[in-house]
Amino acid sequence: MDAHRPVSWRKWAVGGPPLAYLVVFFAIPTLIMAAASFRSPGEFGGLAPLVGEDGSLDITLESYVRLVEGTVYLEVFVKSIAYALVTTLACLALAYPLAVLIAQSPRKYRDLMLLLVILPFWSNFLIRIYAWMIILGPNAALAKAINGVRAVFGAEPVSLLFSSFAVLVCLVYVHLPFMVLPLYANLEKHDRALLDAAQDLGANAWRRFWRITFPLSLPGVYAGAALVFIPALGIFAIPDILGGPNDTLIGNLIKQQFLETRDWPFGSVLSIVLTVAALALAGLAAWIGRRGSAEVARA
Amino acid sequence: MALLEIQGVTRRFGDFAAVDDVSLAVESGEFFTLLGPSGCGKTTLLRMIAGFDLPDAGRIVLDGRDLAASPPERRPVRTVFQSYALFPHMTVEGNVAFPLQMAGVPASGMAAKIAGALEDVRLTGFGKRMPHELSGGQRQRVALARALVTHPTVLLLDEPLAALDAKLREEMQIELINLQKEVGITFVYVTHDQTEALALSHRIAVMNRGRVEQLDEPSRIYGQPATRFVADFIGQCNLLSGPVLDCSGGVASLDVDGVGVIRAAAPAAVARGARGTVALRPEKIRIAASVPAGSPDNHVRGTVADLLYMGDVTVYKVGTERGARLEALLANSQSGRAQFFEVGDAVEMSWAVDAGHYLAE
Repeated sequence: MDAHRPVSWRKWAVGGPPLAYLVVFFAIPTLIMAAASFRSPGEFGGLAPLVGEDGSLDITLESYVRLVEGTVYLEVFVKSIAYALVTTLACLALAYPLAVLIAQSPRKYRDLMLLLVILPFWSNFLIRIYAWMIILGPNAALAKAINGVRAVFGAEPVSLLFSSFAVLVCLVYVHLPFMVLPLYANLEKHDRALLDAAQDLGANAWRRFWRITFPLSLPGVYAGAALVFIPALGIFAIPDILGGPNDTLIGNLIKQQFLETRDWPFGSVLSIVLTVAALALAGLAAWIGRRGSAEVARA
Repeated sequence: MALLEIQGVTRRFGDFAAVDDVSLAVESGEFFTLLGPSGCGKTTLLRMIAGFDLPDAGRIVLDGRDLAASPPERRPVRTVFQSYALFPHMTVEGNVAFPLQMAGVPASGMAAKIAGALEDVRLTGFGKRMPHELSGGQRQRVALARALVTHPTVLLLDEPLAALDAKLREEMQIELINLQKEVGITFVYVTHDQTEALALSHRIAVMNRGRVEQLDEPSRIYGQPATRFVADFIGQCNLLSGPVLDCSGGVASLDVDGVGVIRAAAPAAVARGARGTVALRPEKIRIAASVPAGSPDNHVRGTVADLLYMGDVTVYKVGTERGARLEALLANSQSGRAQFFEVGDAVEMSWAVDAGHYLAE
């Protein structure tokens, strides 16, 4: 056993700093937020003093009660989950053929294609969202073409901007690479011989896909879905910039509580419920993924 | 008419003809082997029969029907892949059921067929296992069961035993022979292993550089190789080449460099002055300390240069006085004597006129 001992401190030397980073900048703030959710808001933002003037301790479930009683918050949660779900499915539908294409390309083109997939990350997130304001704007070719066609049928012109459509298009656009990359990483490892075998055993292209390729790619699908769904669930910039009045999502609500209404406890409650929901969904995905990959393991 | 006919099939990759104008016919119920070194075109030919590759010229006719227009999934042919290619996300049953599902076999009849196929390969009771829970030999059997469950017209096997260790390979060879007899399906088997080919096949096509060098029964491939390549590729062989000094009465005399004049049975048509080769198997050479009484027709003196003790036999590499090297094989005695000669011993090698096989050049 002595021979193994040095490994222990080396392990900590390597893993310790990132762990400490996460503890300081993620775990502790999350705990602070959890504590804040049981407090009252301060008169001018922040939190009320822990010990009030009358000596009472400021611990309350008021913000949670408010969340449960206000159906509007539930609606926003449901809407946020729906937007994230639609985004995830749309990303999956778009990313899958692309990932297959890249995985089946000659090796020398793959790196270039992957580079193109992640190229958008090289420009600023907000700039990319503002770019969509121009693309979807009333004077851009897209809106003009659509409204031109509508005019032929005597329909009123529509605005593409400041709508759920704009929010969803941009959500899909922003998250697409997060779906492509894990799918590609999975599909690239598939054994070509399995498809040959399936074909040899009488499976046409459609059945080869649904019986072999797709089930074997499920770990990649789950990974990509988690990477898209979770950030999409908490996003606020896109609905802020491109959304209409009905496109307030949970991310916007949280931002409002902290920056505008300055109700930290309620913002904390919303954040915690969001975090728990995201963790629960990630756990679910991981569990399904593990079940899927256990079957695929050690082919 | 033969079950499977390869008619003048050629497949080129750029300038390189992987399969070069190959014609052969496989009979129904036959265990037919394509044997050759890697790159000889045997696997390309197999892939063309399966439909994964198409000939540039020639036809592949199965049961009287040209297969050119049929994609792999529509050919009554199944392949056992070298890597087995079992579907890792399906159980053994799921794997075996797959071709039945593709063929639209009703679910009611499926269980019996799966059980039958698993019984054929002696895997009854393994249906619920996942492929990764099986040993190499068991995976091999699943691949066989999966390929045979729909009773294909022809089963193609692409080096199916290459990944198994020697002992298991021998067991599987025997099982393959029995299985083929049992199911009566035509097997087309690809291997680079000559002992495997000799042990398994009814007939063997020895391929080299995209062409068939010889197509014959195993005993004739071994005993009467048609070309130098076949003689050299199948087993160990001494190739003794030289000009023909004389040929009469079915016996030719050759002047072999480093060995001297040897006499060998030859076809009557061999002309004086032509170059010929005698293919002489090591086990046909007698090796002794002195010229034995009643000495066979050919003998040559030499010195043991190397020896390989193989357990059942010992292989002697003998250098002749004039600088040639011959290989001779001696069965080890039952008394347990490991070897008869040491490196450096002077020995006398001899063989009969009809021990070798004459090859014209």
